[in-house]
Amino acid sequence: MLYREAGQFKSSYAQDQQIFPILQDRIAVGLLLVFAFFVVPVIGDQYWLGALITPFLIFALAALGLNILTGYAGQLSLGTAAFMAVGAFMAYNFVLRMPWLGIIPSFILAGLCAAAVGIVFGLPSLRIKGFYLAVATLACQFFVLWALQRFGWFTNYSSSGVVTAQQITVFGFAFDTPVRKYLFTLGVVAIMALAAKNLMRSETGRAFMAVRDMDVAASVIGIPMMKTKLLAFAISSFYCGVAGALHAFSYLGTVEPEAYSLDLSFRILFMVIIGGVGSILGSFLGAAFIVLFPIFLNLASGWINVLTGVEVSHAVVSNLEAIIFGALIIFFLIVEPAGLARLWQIAKEKLRLWPFPH
Amino acid sequence: MELIFFIEVLAGGLLAGVMYALVALGFVLIYKASGVFNFAQGAMVFFAALTFVSLVERGWNFWLALLVTLVVMVALGIATERVVLRPMVNQPQITLFMATIGLTFVLEGLSQLLWGSQPHGLELGIPDVPMEWLSQKWNVNISQFDIFAAVVAGLLVAVLAVFFQKTRIGRALRAVADDHQAALAVGIPLQHIWAIVWAVAGFVALVAGLMWGVRNGVQFALTFVALKALPVLLIGGFESIPGAILGGLIIGATEKLAEVYFGPMVGGGIESWFAYVVALLFLLVRPEGLFGEKHIDRV
Repeated sequence: MLYREAGQFKSSYAQDQQIFPILQDRIAVGLLLVFAFFVVPVIGDQYWLGALITPFLIFALAALGLNILTGYAGQLSLGTAAFMAVGAFMAYNFVLRMPWLGIIPSFILAGLCAAAVGIVFGLPSLRIKGFYLAVATLACQFFVLWALQRFGWFTNYSSSGVVTAQQITVFGFAFDTPVRKYLFTLGVVAIMALAAKNLMRSETGRAFMAVRDMDVAASVIGIPMMKTKLLAFAISSFYCGVAGALHAFSYLGTVEPEAYSLDLSFRILFMVIIGGVGSILGSFLGAAFIVLFPIFLNLASGWINVLTGVEVSHAVVSNLEAIIFGALIIFFLIVEPAGLARLWQIAKEKLRLWPFPH
Repeated sequence: MELIFFIEVLAGGLLAGVMYALVALGFVLIYKASGVFNFAQGAMVFFAALTFVSLVERGWNFWLALLVTLVVMVALGIATERVVLRPMVNQPQITLFMATIGLTFVLEGLSQLLWGSQPHGLELGIPDVPMEWLSQKWNVNISQFDIFAAVVAGLLVAVLAVFFQKTRIGRALRAVADDHQAALAVGIPLQHIWAIVWAVAGFVALVAGLMWGVRNGVQFALTFVALKALPVLLIGGFESIPGAILGGLIIGATEKLAEVYFGPMVGGGIESWFAYVVALLFLLVRPEGLFGEKHIDRV
């Protein structure tokens, strides 16, 4: 009864082209943003904000970046973490070496550096496709991490290879507590998610999808293959780069190559798969799932301990975690290959009809 | 002296390449027959080696342990087909690929849950020392074990070649690889074939696991061996067994030579990515690898 577009008439093109065409959606998104900006900082404690919600937002941004490349433009990449690493390290260096720039321009420049690396490693996509390309992106993962560890310039010649990220300061206002860091992250993520949503409805986004669905057909109807594919790599890497910078500056607080291993690339890939390939909402749902799941599992092992008195050792828990995690991914792929975002769509369809069966 | 050193490095590289090829073979087998890019191959290698070494350490007879491990791997292959792949028939390749990443996690967790995570040493009775007559006669140091591994790899390829070319099942496998639907139409049971392929891949994983286990010890790092095998696939082509061997040799040789002659120039440690760069350059010339099937796109 509540969720349907009946009676909402569009009388101008602008209305017809809105991001959220249904009034209820607009209200819901508005409420969500208000909740995220004003209520969460008040009710969330340090742990929740610093260890759960902030990483969730950052990973969602990275997943969004990968989703642009894999979900919209159809180019499978296993080098996400490398792009994040580029973003993190370049942001650190820009802030260190050009302190007059300010944090936000530094982040943007770091994102652009990641985009440049993305374009370089996206070049093979012009020649090769599918799994050949996926494996080729692994080259990026290994090469970038090697370079970051090998050349001292990136870590400012720190002996341990681990450096402390600078404080986030915008116009003299320091984002130093978990709440403030959360708000900063949220602001960045909200703006970039909105931009992505818009981009994907534009000519560029449509060109991406045409390339994904069939690149030969896309080039036949006049979509420039080189420009489109490289642009997809650039935009995706830009998002990942900014996510990496946020990851270092507002979540970890340190910049280190080890944080951006192949494992992270896979985790972000899983977020995209579980959330929904080719869906902005899916990136967020997937990130939420992957961030929350290990915590839930740890809690569950605690409950088992309380209920049965059986002490589950840490090694067993981490192995079980891997098994359940893998099994869940397989389960998801079997049951709902289109991811959590698809479930939400189904729910929306049902809600439109509710309470009538047809 | 220079030349001898060069030959030594080259031979060492080629033989290391054979080891890569052993792992790459498992990938090729499954990709050929089912179009699945099985990322779990590395985990299967680890699982096989760990199971075997744990059984031996519990005092089992060598051959019995080998047999039991083989049975376990075959069962694992069949179970994978039944539980993971069968419900996903007709899904896009990328979905199946993701599923095998999931499988990787399951296998890695399972093997360490069952057998613990401490590293094990493995002995097959062939010492990893330079061959005496070679070093005496020409002053070239080549490990005995490397030669053994090369012989095993050669045997394995020969057996697989005969299996694929001469046996009834092998022909069915090739038919499935060429065209799923046509194979179904002439009455080849697709599901059985897939189960067999996964079982064979399990067997190859066991062999690779044993070889790598002797070389590096049986430990979690064994799963990363699969990452080394991927550039081999790029060069050889995903569908070709000879390609896997040749690709392995190319990667092994260039990697070792680059490490020795080019590595010091940039500060070393290049083996983590050099193979990938070689493979990428290769792909610019031949996008399907050496022996991969050329895909013709139609709109």
